Amino acid sequence: MAHSAVPVTARWPSAAAAALVLVLTLGTLGAVAWRAEWGGGLAPADWAAIRFTVIQSLLSALLSVLFAIPVARALARRRFRGRQLLITLLGAPFLLPVIVAVLGLLAIFGRGGLLNDGLVWLGFEPISIFGLHGVVLAHVFFNMPLAVRFILQGWLSIPAERFRLAASLNAPVGRLLEWPMLRAVVPSTFLVIFLICLTSFAVALTMGGGPRATTVELAIYQAVRFDFDLGRAALLACIQFALCVAAAALAWQVTGTDPIGSGLDRVVQRWDRGRPIGDYASIGLAAVFLLFPLVMIALRGVPGFLDMPGSVWAAALRSVTVAIGSATLCILMAVALALRGGAMVSVIGVMPLAASGLVVGTGAFLLVFPFVRPAEVALPVTMLVNATLALPFALRSLAPAVAQVNQDYGRLALSLSVDRWSWVALVILPRVRRPLGFAAGLAAALSMGDLGVIALFAGQAQETLPLAMYRLMGAYRMDAAASAALLLVGLSFALFWICDRWGRANAAV
Amino acid sequence: MLRCKALVLQLGSFSLCADVSFAQGQATALIGPSGAGKSTLLAAIAGFLMPASGQLMWDDNDLMGTAPGTRPISMLFQDNNLFPHLSAAQNVGLGLRPNLRLDRGDEAKVAAALADVGLDGFADRRPAALSGGQQSRVALARVLVANRPIVLLDEPFEALGPALKDDMLDLVKSKLVAAGKTVIMVTHDPANARRIADMAAVVAEGEVTAPVATDALFDKPPAALKAYLG
Repeated sequence: MAHSAVPVTARWPSAAAAALVLVLTLGTLGAVAWRAEWGGGLAPADWAAIRFTVIQSLLSALLSVLFAIPVARALARRRFRGRQLLITLLGAPFLLPVIVAVLGLLAIFGRGGLLNDGLVWLGFEPISIFGLHGVVLAHVFFNMPLAVRFILQGWLSIPAERFRLAASLNAPVGRLLEWPMLRAVVPSTFLVIFLICLTSFAVALTMGGGPRATTVELAIYQAVRFDFDLGRAALLACIQFALCVAAAALAWQVTGTDPIGSGLDRVVQRWDRGRPIGDYASIGLAAVFLLFPLVMIALRGVPGFLDMPGSVWAAALRSVTVAIGSATLCILMAVALALRGGAMVSVIGVMPLAASGLVVGTGAFLLVFPFVRPAEVALPVTMLVNATLALPFALRSLAPAVAQVNQDYGRLALSLSVDRWSWVALVILPRVRRPLGFAAGLAAALSMGDLGVIALFAGQAQETLPLAMYRLMGAYRMDAAASAALLLVGLSFALFWICDRWGRANAAV
Repeated sequence: MLRCKALVLQLGSFSLCADVSFAQGQATALIGPSGAGKSTLLAAIAGFLMPASGQLMWDDNDLMGTAPGTRPISMLFQDNNLFPHLSAAQNVGLGLRPNLRLDRGDEAKVAAALADVGLDGFADRRPAALSGGQQSRVALARVLVANRPIVLLDEPFEALGPALKDDMLDLVKSKLVAAGKTVIMVTHDPANARRIADMAAVVAEGEVTAPVATDALFDKPPAALKAYLG
């Protein structure tokens, strides 16, 4: 008989996790496909939604990458005070609740925002933020920092010796070193952002709307929530799933690097820098674009912070509960799957990337609808869905760490006949504490800020903090919404910080 | 006696035949060029590599079907012999109770083993707070408490300086060989072999020769060994 190279852990936890992922992705898709009304085909409005979804994703990805390149270039070759802080902040939008960013952008570009105030004062007509350009603006706000981190990583991966060699040959650095790097890094960055924008719901919900600016996700939401046309929602969900699978398959093939990892604190010495003005201008513009909306929220939110309606605090409590539950479940699944390892697990780990919150939500809605009132199970379903959607990120952080422990200590543990539970409790968990804390924080923050499934299910009594905020915005209570946004950001980052901190504490190497 | 009967080890295009015996209570050095299969042979004896054919016997017991942890074998690897997040005492304790549920008696045994290798008072230190030589001693203390009859050394002291390495080899001799363990060690260096091993076997050209007296081997090396020693 052959022996495994690591202590064999129990099979059922990974089987249970895999089953849950399969039910929530393929199971909900099955429910959706079964209920879809295939007979009628696609209405012109549906085609418009598909077209709009693809176009806004293409534009958002294109602009994000275009703006990111000069910023990444500047960050790669300049050293200045606050550089590390700025790079850390560039990782923050990943954790920033979408609805908060939208509110911040509205404070500047919206109807009563700074930009329009200025235009009116100068005697121009005010402009409207809603529609394609608003959706793209919000997506660029979110994804340009991600693109900067991806591309910066590309820049820093060019060995310093190459720059030295190019300098001594007086060879053009751009064509010799930078262009080949960009050609390798930019397509994958573009595709990842394209995929993110394809499944974005909250941005379309707040910045889009109307027949000319409706994404497929938003159309699903409207079909369920306003028309209660489950057949059409199901049909749209199938389309959304197909779009996502196609984009995810493409993106997963061309990506390898982790945009939220560390190691970006190096500056390569270069001899071709020229005058710094252009570099600092692009860094400055990017910083203003990213920070200003958040500053506006703080300015508007602080004064009324203690006067927020009690319902907001209740919603905050609900959100924290859901986030903690979702993070716990996500981590349990990720650990179980990482321990099992293997190709099958990798496939299950990336499946949620192809599923969008709204598709899963619609499927779950269809599954529970015959038995209970959807609002009654809104929070547990949200918890399950959030845990599953965060799973790919948690696995990406945990699986390599677990594999490393297996490789380093598997034989030692086997030769000591360490049993399966001791192996997990005494060796694996203490050794992967750092990525475990990071993944838990990520899952909690993502769940905290999520405005997707909950919007499909919740009534007044189940609203989470992002939903409460959205409803305040809908009622034009912008100051109260800003206060709620402040609370939401604070809670999201606090949850992430606590978990990440726990992972770093006492992390003896 | 540990017997490899017509053992054939296969790793891709590499293959090694071993038809040798290791006498009980003796230290045997395996010497030969890099990549000849010294570590591969140890991995097969320890149970990490399934032989393509042949038999592996410890006295009358067939070891082939048993898992690494249930074989009468302790092994020290080239690296990663200690868990960095566990204290010296915990690392040693794993040799006694792999689930680390140590009672009073176990703790006393661990403390005695640490004292035995000259690490009295180091029980609570983590490996990062120990020198390379001290780390090796902790690993050795674990082999002592595990008290299994066969000990395999896959060059665990290679990263140490010459003087420390000699210290460790002397410790192996006084604590393990003297206690009647069957020790098999991989080495590149004839001096190491001469220092503690009465017997030596050459691993070269896809074969393991029968162990012979170490001094005799190096005084009159066979052709394959001669080529390696230069």
